[in-house]
Amino acid sequence: MSTRLASGGRLIDRETPIHFLFNGRKFPGYAGDTLASALLGAGQQLMGRSFKYHRPRSVVASGHEEPNALVNLGDGGRFEPNQRATVTELYDGLEARSQNHWPSLEMDIGALNDLAARFLPAGFYYKTFIHPRWAWKHLFEPVIRRSAGLGRAPVERDADRYEHYHTHCDLLIAGGGIAGLQAALVAGRAGLSVLLLEQSPHWGGRSPVDGATIDGAEADDWVKIALQELESLDNVRLRLRCQVAGLYDHGYALAVERLADHQPGAIPPRQRLWRIRARHVLTATGAIERPLAFASNDTPGVMLASAVRDYVVNWGVSPGDRTVIVTNNDDAYRTAIALHEAGLVVPMVVDARPGVGGPLAETVRALGIRVESGKAIAKVLGGKSVGGVAIAAQAGEGAVLETVPCEAVAMSGGWSPVVHLWSHCGGKLIWDEVSALFRPDPARPPTGADGSAMVTPAGSANGALLADAVLADADAQARAAVKALGARLPKSAVPQVETVAEQPLAATWIMPQGAGPALRAKMWLDFQNDVKVSDVQLAAQEGYASVEHAKRYTTLGMATDQGKLSNINGLAVLAGALDQRIPSVGTTTFRPPYTPLTMGTIAGEARGVLFQPLRKTALHSAHEAARADFEPVGQWRRPYCYPRPGEDRQAAVVREVKNTRQAVGLLDASTLGKIIVSGPDAGRFLDMIYTNMMSTLAPGKCRYGLICSENGFLIDDGVVARIDEQTWLCHTTTGGAERIHGHMEDWLQCEWWDWQVHTANVTEQFAQIGVVGPKARLLLETLGGMDVSKEALPFMHWADGRLGGFPVRVYRISFSGELSYEIALPASQGLALWQRLMAAGEELGVMPYGTEALHVMRAEKGFIMIGDETDGTIIPQDLGLSWAVSKKKADFLGKRAQQRSHMTDPDRWKLVGLETLDGSVLPDGAHLPAAGENANGQRNVQGRVTSTYYSPTLDRGIALALVHRGPDRMGEEVPVQDGKGGTVAARIVSPVFFDPKGEKQDV
Amino acid sequence: MLMLTCPYCGIKADETELTPGGEAHLTRFGPEASDEDFESYLFQRKNPKGVHFERWRHAYGCGKWFLAARDTATLEVFGTYPAQSKAPPKRLLTAIRRKRPGWEGWE
Repeated sequence: MSTRLASGGRLIDRETPIHFLFNGRKFPGYAGDTLASALLGAGQQLMGRSFKYHRPRSVVASGHEEPNALVNLGDGGRFEPNQRATVTELYDGLEARSQNHWPSLEMDIGALNDLAARFLPAGFYYKTFIHPRWAWKHLFEPVIRRSAGLGRAPVERDADRYEHYHTHCDLLIAGGGIAGLQAALVAGRAGLSVLLLEQSPHWGGRSPVDGATIDGAEADDWVKIALQELESLDNVRLRLRCQVAGLYDHGYALAVERLADHQPGAIPPRQRLWRIRARHVLTATGAIERPLAFASNDTPGVMLASAVRDYVVNWGVSPGDRTVIVTNNDDAYRTAIALHEAGLVVPMVVDARPGVGGPLAETVRALGIRVESGKAIAKVLGGKSVGGVAIAAQAGEGAVLETVPCEAVAMSGGWSPVVHLWSHCGGKLIWDEVSALFRPDPARPPTGADGSAMVTPAGSANGALLADAVLADADAQARAAVKALGARLPKSAVPQVETVAEQPLAATWIMPQGAGPALRAKMWLDFQNDVKVSDVQLAAQEGYASVEHAKRYTTLGMATDQGKLSNINGLAVLAGALDQRIPSVGTTTFRPPYTPLTMGTIAGEARGVLFQPLRKTALHSAHEAARADFEPVGQWRRPYCYPRPGEDRQAAVVREVKNTRQAVGLLDASTLGKIIVSGPDAGRFLDMIYTNMMSTLAPGKCRYGLICSENGFLIDDGVVARIDEQTWLCHTTTGGAERIHGHMEDWLQCEWWDWQVHTANVTEQFAQIGVVGPKARLLLETLGGMDVSKEALPFMHWADGRLGGFPVRVYRISFSGELSYEIALPASQGLALWQRLMAAGEELGVMPYGTEALHVMRAEKGFIMIGDETDGTIIPQDLGLSWAVSKKKADFLGKRAQQRSHMTDPDRWKLVGLETLDGSVLPDGAHLPAAGENANGQRNVQGRVTSTYYSPTLDRGIALALVHRGPDRMGEEVPVQDGKGGTVAARIVSPVFFDPKGEKQDV
Repeated sequence: MLMLTCPYCGIKADETELTPGGEAHLTRFGPEASDEDFESYLFQRKNPKGVHFERWRHAYGCGKWFLAARDTATLEVFGTYPAQSKAPPKRLLTAIRRKRPGWEGWE
């Protein structure tokens, strides 16, 4: 059992004991602990269950690479799943729960999967759940959903605040170990602006634990001296708890600073997302130790040798009284020494290499520790904890030579440089045969905007594993980066390190090398996803020879840890099974982020009211005062209707329609796009933009126009007014203002740039009020100041003037079929005019109406709505709008496209009206089924409903629809889906349901 | 995230300030064009792994369209120039040829 040592622990403060809850039980810990070190210190080794087989699991690592010790952390608005216990800093009152078990961590039903493991091999998802077909929905999926998944999803809204921070620097250094510090010293002394980010709460990386004497000082002291100098440099910024999560194109990087994770709620924001543009990036991200694959290597108590060393030295935690070391390299001997120095017992160092020698092994032997060369662990004994190990010859098949009782196993399969950031933006890797690792290939770096290398790896991240090599490499790489950035190199020497020479590692992927199927089926490669040696070999056998395919088939390297620990082991086993070399199998692709980011950090401030800008018209406060029921229209908020006390939406809309048709209504039309197009060539330009002729429009007149894409499809419509000889004002749809302005600018700037035209989007400069209904003229006359008679201002004309003292431009245009004036005036005066109209119209029965009444009235008139009757595949000719497509013009955008055979096909679906025989309202989007089936065995369709409303004017349901050869079929009865599985009979009629001759609007 | 220099306002703009507009230097074919020419103009696009000429708009900046020569694989930017250009500037073509010997050219 693991326990807290009586002394030691360089990171914990034994004077500050704190308490936390794990699965509801209270545990003691110290300030400076991680959740993992505190649990181990308290003797709680069991921390979770594995994903597939629900095997008992404890912590394997001591950093971000941890695959097993994932917990549900916090509560309520601060609940977060899948938090790695190894990097969760302990605070007083922390609450954590283990994951992936039921009913409890100790007693888990899902562990039955483990007994059935031989029936759940790689790819079993694909093989097992296929037949019978009904079983997926009713049997397999519900069971899998209940038992699968890692942590729980949070239920409550995130209680914390997050922020984004934008910054630039010359050199971004990822990693504050000795390599990162040395690089920062070089670049800082050169006067470059340096940003040095370290993911952990401590500077110095592994060196204080591994031990090194740098320039005559202990590593800890050298780190302090380096920091003192860096802090004195104004051009160097330093941040702890700040991980560079991803590198992207052209020197863009994202980093996550965890400001309050270790003190929840203490200071906002909880996390800060750094959005960095660096001229150059140096990755000093270190290396991660690899496990070894031997039977039952996932038993709680089996840990990485470096992690064991960390727990002893950093947190004063013993992994168990007796720890067997198993290794293929010299580094693990440092763990034997650390354990011995802490007064713990190392019964044996099991070294896969034959004839072990060298200074580290000799030191360990001199301590009286047994070193066995050429040996392997055949298997780990025990279940929920280690009871001992069975020893065999590495060269053999696993015949047990002896068993060694122990409580922990420290394993080391060598080291893998953290090459993620290098790879995120395209850097390639080479295989280093000597150290058996992939490292950055200096010949194929990620390149920046100028085509030169954008990233420089340094230290262990570059494959330099020993302290002297790390510092020498970091110094050299930093100097190269400084030079590339054009700064002057500082005069300083490489720190001198006293080193102990190491013997070469022997690549060891399976232990023992000749292990049979029974042992291989218990050798874990990917602990988080329960992928074993046998699974990878099966994948290879079944033809998944590509590493990317094998990953998907076996799930090797997926989920929250993305295989940081043992991807290389998996690749090596795959290479072995395929009888290929490791570099020819290659690696899977590393993608950002390095570790999972919480969604709140990605969102930053963009949540709640700040999620997106809200656009309000100049009349918004009047609508609020009238208790309008708003609806979003793009980023605008428009009144849907103005319900009165006791009214629902439907009743309000009916009242508003009736009142507008019988008396007078007011509409806030301010959101409609208004684009001024002006210049000597403006008429010629608009003739290209619109399908109809705009150059011939006389000043003072209005014309309804259509805009098509070059592909022929209708993209917008609206009324164009000619202001003077050189100026037109183009109205667009509410959602089309910016888009159509951009469309015009595109053609002006990129195709007809020699035409003298300019455009201006003045949508927000004007308020626009629709005064609509038979009493509209009366209302305007009460304001006075302008002749609005039919003679002075006929239909489809406009005039400037003053109404009730307001400077206005009045358009006689109608989207309702009623007598209608749209009054535009400077936005600042819009509210005052609205209020004047409401007051002056009281006796006439004026009421405001919203977008729904607008829609109902336009549908009664058969007017199309962009986005309802159009969907990007509709041409004007489909909508009975051929009259608005010029036959005279030689050219306009979309003309050539509309000549194509498919566009002129008489079999196209075209706009008609539909009236149900029983007067009911058709469902939105309902299809019109036809006889027979198509090639896919689906029911044939002959049309669909595009708009459907209850018409208060006609007291019945009306609909617009696109129907196969529709206009040729007037009067025909057709079935329409009723939305309940059946159909309802409807008659094809003209799309103009009300006032077909247009007499009401032209008075 | 790319960074391109707008040739009008001179700003080194983040990709989020820009909107892409696809292949540059297309020749428009209108009502008199053959089906083949029109199809080619409207739909056929180059998709090179390597040097490419593209349209970009400094949408959240000065609003101007400009053209960029960029390597689609390495993301190296060779240069940007105004949209009012029938062909890439000679200087730019020389620079690209120097960096990409054997490049097939832009047409």
